[in-house]
Amino acid sequence: MGTSMNTPTINFMGQRKIALVLSLTLMLLSIATLAVNGLKMGLDFTGGTVIELAYDPAPDLGEVRKVLESAGYNDVTVQTFGSTRDILIRLAPVEGKSTADLSNEVINQLKKGFDGSIEIRRVEFVGPQVGKELAEDGGLAMLFALISILIYVSVRFEKRFAMGAVAALVHDVTLILGLFSITEVEFDLTVLAALLAIIGYSLNDTIVVFDRIRENFRKIRKQGPVEVVNISINETLSRTLMTSLTTLLVVAALFVVGGETIHNFSEALLVGIVVGTYSSIYVASALALFLGISREDLMPPEKETEEVDAMP
Amino acid sequence: MNRYPLWKNLMIVLALLVSILYALPNFFGQQPAVQISSTEDTPVTQALLDPLQKALDEAGLAVSDARLTDGKLILRMDDPALQLKVADFVRDWLRNREMADRYVVALNLLPKTPAWLQDIGGKPMVLGLDLQGGVHFLLQVDMETAIKQQYERLRDDIRTTLRENKIRYTAVKENGKAVTILLRNDDELDKALDLLRTQFPELDLNPYSENGKSGFRGVLTQAKLVEIKATALQQNITTLRNRVNELGVAEPLVQQQGDDRIVVELPGVQDPAYAKQVLSATATLEYRAVDDKHDAYTAHTTGRVPPGSRLYYDKAGRPVLLKKRLIVSGEQLVDAQYGLDTQTGQPQVSVTLNSVGAQRMRQFTLDNVGKGMAVVFIERKPETEMVDGKPVKKTRVVEKVISVANILEPFGKRFRTTGLDSPREAQQLALLLRAGALAAPVEIVEERTVGPSLGQENIEKGMEAVVIGFVLVLVFMALRYKLFGLVADVALFFNLVMLMALLSMLGATLTLPGIAGIVLTVGMAVDANVLIFERIREELRLGNSPHASINAGYDKAFSTIADANVTTLIAAVILFSLGTGPVKGFAVTLSLGILTSMFTAIMGTRMLVNLIYGGKQRLSGLSI
Repeated sequence: MGTSMNTPTINFMGQRKIALVLSLTLMLLSIATLAVNGLKMGLDFTGGTVIELAYDPAPDLGEVRKVLESAGYNDVTVQTFGSTRDILIRLAPVEGKSTADLSNEVINQLKKGFDGSIEIRRVEFVGPQVGKELAEDGGLAMLFALISILIYVSVRFEKRFAMGAVAALVHDVTLILGLFSITEVEFDLTVLAALLAIIGYSLNDTIVVFDRIRENFRKIRKQGPVEVVNISINETLSRTLMTSLTTLLVVAALFVVGGETIHNFSEALLVGIVVGTYSSIYVASALALFLGISREDLMPPEKETEEVDAMP
Repeated sequence: MNRYPLWKNLMIVLALLVSILYALPNFFGQQPAVQISSTEDTPVTQALLDPLQKALDEAGLAVSDARLTDGKLILRMDDPALQLKVADFVRDWLRNREMADRYVVALNLLPKTPAWLQDIGGKPMVLGLDLQGGVHFLLQVDMETAIKQQYERLRDDIRTTLRENKIRYTAVKENGKAVTILLRNDDELDKALDLLRTQFPELDLNPYSENGKSGFRGVLTQAKLVEIKATALQQNITTLRNRVNELGVAEPLVQQQGDDRIVVELPGVQDPAYAKQVLSATATLEYRAVDDKHDAYTAHTTGRVPPGSRLYYDKAGRPVLLKKRLIVSGEQLVDAQYGLDTQTGQPQVSVTLNSVGAQRMRQFTLDNVGKGMAVVFIERKPETEMVDGKPVKKTRVVEKVISVANILEPFGKRFRTTGLDSPREAQQLALLLRAGALAAPVEIVEERTVGPSLGQENIEKGMEAVVIGFVLVLVFMALRYKLFGLVADVALFFNLVMLMALLSMLGATLTLPGIAGIVLTVGMAVDANVLIFERIREELRLGNSPHASINAGYDKAFSTIADANVTTLIAAVILFSLGTGPVKGFAVTLSLGILTSMFTAIMGTRMLVNLIYGGKQRLSGLSI
């Protein structure tokens, strides 16, 4: 029996001012770093060429750089990728010069100057026009996702809940972007995909809490909104933590063994789940309260109210 | 009491059995194969299979299975080392029989799905390029040039038309956006306008004057612009398909994307540089007179070609002698359409030339009625050769006769080629003629190449993540919810099976982000069970009976689960509509996973819970 585990009675909403201050501070910090440092946009959005090569034996990075520089490629970064044998070469987009042929030339140059085998692991080339389009489409997708969710939650719940939910999402996305900006992790299409998944996930959490708030407003009549929200969060707390934990477990597995290719993707998910869990407890509900959610807003139509009244 | 009616139990069990069946093909592994397909849309027949199989047997190359499937001849072998040998053997064999041009020999890895599974439509998941290795190109057709070419053609045609009708002009110019016509005498304006309107309906003509001279300014109509773009795109797709055939790729994809782009995907191609070279080849064509005074076979065997002529070969490898003098080239070809003769019902190809071509054609055909005329298809393929350790760019020219026909009567701008064997041949000829017409240039705007070793690594790491994540969740659920946790674990397992079956049945492509989507699904799928179980616990805590608690738990949690999943679905659908290849794969697995989890986590677990507890009248407690 689970009776030994009683519902916790943590006063979440009592701390809501502290939480709001914390969230606002973090958001401002994120916006500040985004404004100052910006995001390190990946190849998908900037255009350019990325080449991943597997050397055997491991090469000297300085040597590789020298070969490329002497061949006239100036805006090049060379780094190891995963192991010392795997080399990642990035070529910035150059107006008029960035073509798909560039990667061939680079690889030929490197093969000429190296005594050993070089295997092509990955070549990605994105033309400047395509990069611009992908960035625009990505931004649009984000906007569409937020608007559709705003509409859905408005229809299913109430507009103050919807605003709380969307505010929580904006909060999550801003914080993740802020962290990516500070840690200079590359932002590419897969990270964008992770962000959208986080939007879905965080909202999932928020909705479970909202659902309970709605139910409790109808059921508990003696207490004020703050207490009702508090009770609801406490009641759903074990579920929130449990689901976050299982999801964190799998994403951590992805992060650790999934390989370099989806490293940034799983990192975004990992951060997103933590932030998303926090925001659905503090941000969404607190904001709904702040916006003045009340019992009347959530009451079902008249007929059902009478039924509830008739109950002992 | 908690019992499902029998039909509900049966339905769930049936759904699970079907899922297991269709997930099965993913577990048989792959087998090396050599695939032979035809370059002309005709299917490969038994007529090729029989002698080839005999030759293979004689050469001691043990092919484990040889059969015709979907118009392709597929040779399977157990030993991977044999694959290359067999492929080389087949190529030589075809070359010796002068059939090398007609077939594509490609290496492939085919699933070892047993026949009975194949018969019911069972097939494994399709692996994306990031998992099996290969090249993805996005090519952009230069529409500005395509339109510019059209204006240039119009300029020439208008000059010719005006000259033929004795209307004198001071200038006919184009700038890629319009064609301007300035006449010498203003009193010929009306006559010219009538003439131009009837001859060039694709132009919107407006009065225009420049330096005191009057005339017209013509802009292509919207409908014509759309047509030009569509043609330019189609022309390039046709050319690319021909090119791709040469690469010997087992399952290539050449597909339109948007208004002006073409996606080319070449699974298994390991040398992107070579693929790029082959794709950037250009084609043109030439109309030439047949040299009927000399015998082509004699020239072919003796190697003595008469002066003024050249020896060519047709698609079947037969020699053809053609005059060196060129009649018309691809630049002058405007369009080629295949159709059926309205009177005889015979297949035909209608060709349209521009005015320069029409004039030359008319002059030539007037003198040569009854004689033969051939079309030569010419491809220029840029190649890079290593000379003294330095790459040197070269162009290889491949010339092939694609049609020989007799001139029945003199003709000019428009003419038909008849006497073709089949509608398919007519279609092929029209395609090739269009491909050889002056094409709009294409440029690679995106390339994504994944080497085979990285692909393999991606699969292994992805699967490892799935397994580790799955096991962790299993343990965690069992620890937290005891027997109910085990029930959720069984449901989670079937969720994976169903997801795999759905992906296989839909033929959806599995990518690395797609695998990540599966991992995420594993973590999130148990959410429904967590919601239900926590609810049951709450109900028990309120002092409700176990049966009532189970009931209430499932009922009350349902709307929450639905609401929560719809929002994730919204995000996934938006992701799908935005995404390119791999990211799309993530959206697909995530959304399918959500759907299957709704089924297994709600109905599947309920069935098991009912089976465990449903029959017991008095329950003192639940293992939750």
